[in-house]
Amino acid sequence: MTTPETFEPKIVGFLCNWCTYAGADLAGVSRLKYPPNVLPVRVMCSGRVEPELVLKAFWEGADGVLISGCHPGDCHYIEGNYKTLRRKELLDRLLEQFGIEKERLRLTWVSASEGDLWARVVTETVEAVRRLGPLGRTRDRLQSCDGILAADLPAGGCCHGEHPAAEGGGTGGR
Amino acid sequence: MSAPDARIGVYVCHCGTNIAGTVDVPAVRDFAAGLPGVVVARDYKYMCADPGQDLIKKDIKELGVNRVIVASCSPRMHEPTFRRCLQLAGLNAYYFEMANIREQVAWCTADKAAATKKAQALVRGAVARVPYHEPLEERTSPVCPVTLIVGGGVAGIEAALKIASSGNKVWLVEREPSIGGNMARFDKTFPTLDCAACILTPKMADVGRHPNITLLTYSEVLEVSGFIGNFEVTIKKRARSVRHGVCTGCGVCYSKCPTKVPSEFDVGLGERTAIYVPFPQAVPNVPVIDREVCRQFTKGKCGICQKVCPAGAVDYEQQDEIIKEKFGVIIIATGFEVFDPSLAPQYGYGRYPDVYTALQFERMTNASGPTTGRVVCRNGQEPKAVAILHCIGSRDKNYYPYCSRVCCMASVKAAHLAKEKSGGAEIYEFYIDMRTFGKQYEEFYNRVQEEGVHFIRGKGAEVIEKDGRLVVHAEDTLLGLYREVPVDMVVLNTALIPHADAGRVAQIFNIQRSQDGFYLEAHIKLDPMKTATEGVYLAGACQSPKDIPDSVAQGAGAAAEALQRIVAGEVVISPVTCAIDADRCAGCRMCIPLCPYTAITFNAEKGVSECNEALCKGCGTCVASCASGAARLKHFDQRQLLAQIEGVAAS
Repeated sequence: MTTPETFEPKIVGFLCNWCTYAGADLAGVSRLKYPPNVLPVRVMCSGRVEPELVLKAFWEGADGVLISGCHPGDCHYIEGNYKTLRRKELLDRLLEQFGIEKERLRLTWVSASEGDLWARVVTETVEAVRRLGPLGRTRDRLQSCDGILAADLPAGGCCHGEHPAAEGGGTGGR
Repeated sequence: MSAPDARIGVYVCHCGTNIAGTVDVPAVRDFAAGLPGVVVARDYKYMCADPGQDLIKKDIKELGVNRVIVASCSPRMHEPTFRRCLQLAGLNAYYFEMANIREQVAWCTADKAAATKKAQALVRGAVARVPYHEPLEERTSPVCPVTLIVGGGVAGIEAALKIASSGNKVWLVEREPSIGGNMARFDKTFPTLDCAACILTPKMADVGRHPNITLLTYSEVLEVSGFIGNFEVTIKKRARSVRHGVCTGCGVCYSKCPTKVPSEFDVGLGERTAIYVPFPQAVPNVPVIDREVCRQFTKGKCGICQKVCPAGAVDYEQQDEIIKEKFGVIIIATGFEVFDPSLAPQYGYGRYPDVYTALQFERMTNASGPTTGRVVCRNGQEPKAVAILHCIGSRDKNYYPYCSRVCCMASVKAAHLAKEKSGGAEIYEFYIDMRTFGKQYEEFYNRVQEEGVHFIRGKGAEVIEKDGRLVVHAEDTLLGLYREVPVDMVVLNTALIPHADAGRVAQIFNIQRSQDGFYLEAHIKLDPMKTATEGVYLAGACQSPKDIPDSVAQGAGAAAEALQRIVAGEVVISPVTCAIDADRCAGCRMCIPLCPYTAITFNAEKGVSECNEALCKGCGTCVASCASGAARLKHFDQRQLLAQIEGVAAS
């Protein structure tokens, strides 16, 4: 039986390449220890994080999602993080409609020099999601999203219909 | 879900004990071997070393591996290394993916089992992702061979001269009316007691007359767009009110000007006129009218300088000029400012007239300064005793936690000069630790000790006034005694801090700042000149407090970085850009206002939006907003990311 003490939440983290990913690297270089629950997925900009990616993470069993980008005004792409900020408001409402507490989605700003902040953000996020408990039954809640969230869409999906491994496949002799 | 043709090779790196000390590398390897599509999984002590790379090349050739995953350090470290390795083996570089199990797993996780599990999850994410990778080709773009240098202190000057002497064009933009920066304020430099002006002014003059250098003083950069090789920069050249090229620099105008205000160059110790040159050796030697205080501008009448100018150079009608120019590379050399010690009221600065900052003291010792080089109190008397306090604002968590690096040596120099220029006053230095780290620095410290300066190990705690003298309170930590030292003059060696507008400047140039507020370098040890923005380099104290030798060295280093780009003539542009599928685009135009680079335009004829990949920088903001899934960011497309999420989150 999972108790709040033994529950280890699974959290997918979307980290922008220029600020937070570098900040997370710095935390490592500085040997700052933090919980292993956040699984980082690198994106070039937090502005790339479309709602489907967040829903996909919950669909795949994540108990929480952490998006982290550059501080407002410091975005490598000028203002992508502002777009993320606005999208987060919408996502909060969307998640609530699916019965997912909006506290399970967190948006933070961590710069390339803030390794200590990253360690703190992860620690806090993990604790917050641990208190919320397991999400459970996510797939039921996200039923209506099925189809969007499957990676292996049929050809002609979001990948221009090219076979993902069209080139170089021949070397294997298949 | 794996594509049938993907033949994945996974290589798990030990990185000596860096990874293997925390992560069970063989367990990660065995785990990877069991994942769909993986044809080979290996581990090796150092994957980045030649034998490690050879393993990959061999498997590509012999096993037909066509997707490569290296689980090792951050992609910010070695992704280029391994991409090159793939290319050498004849595979497209973008069939590569890295799992960061060092910085973001081994080094930050205390528990070994948990670390191994997280490493496995990240590898699973990469394995899920790579089948959807597609071959991408890097593009090249020409580099405009002109360098922009922002800031005309000693670092910017050094960089400008190096680049100009190589035969390439440089624009040097300086906010103040003259180049020279803080070094121009000093009288002597440590450790040799070289005259600062004697070594700096020849370089300043070289900048002023070099045919390859366009010098814009009293000017500021307003806006930067574009990217390495093709920056478009908007510069505001403020109206000087004196025509350059007509003015002969005779100086009659400022000798007749009736308005006097405190001189910024003398840090408030002396006065300047409304039309002025900040110091006699200014480059360019063309005065500027401070319109905020000039009577002609504030009251609408005066006109003396115009009347007395024999060359007819004074022009009250001159307007600010906006200049737009293209540059290939940019060097930021904007320097530092000093901590305002009135924010630490215990030292009495601003309350007691004979408490000075070190920068004011520099001006006092300078022959062209407000006291013509004599060390005297406000009452005109030479001090009998001078206290020099280290670390005011530095190494202090109430203000700035870092060491400002130059102050110990500046203090030792100040002690020497105070003794020499005051007719032999007793000098007391209050220090926490003495940091005399540079070439000939310790020797200079020894020399000044032998000159009879009293060095007291203990930070000055307070300065008070008692019986008409200043008294410095401090704990002498060597004697274990509390001391009260009466003096006539106190010099506060204040912290070197980032400019108040460093944040705004960072935004203009799209660079980052470290936690101390100085500009952030690409790597603190191995890439001190680069920033995260390609083509923008750092020189001097804008990166961290630096003394003159280090600023000069970094200025020359930044020039080498800039020249490397200019000589190469072209830069490689990442193929990670957006593409819009015309068949899927509904023509809603949602993406157009979202693009920060105006790379997307609407094709009215076809009724679809189109992305100009030459302008696109690959942020993916448009992709995230596209309702019909027509916009796609190469290498970070929806399939790849969905698969990666599936991989990392699978339990």
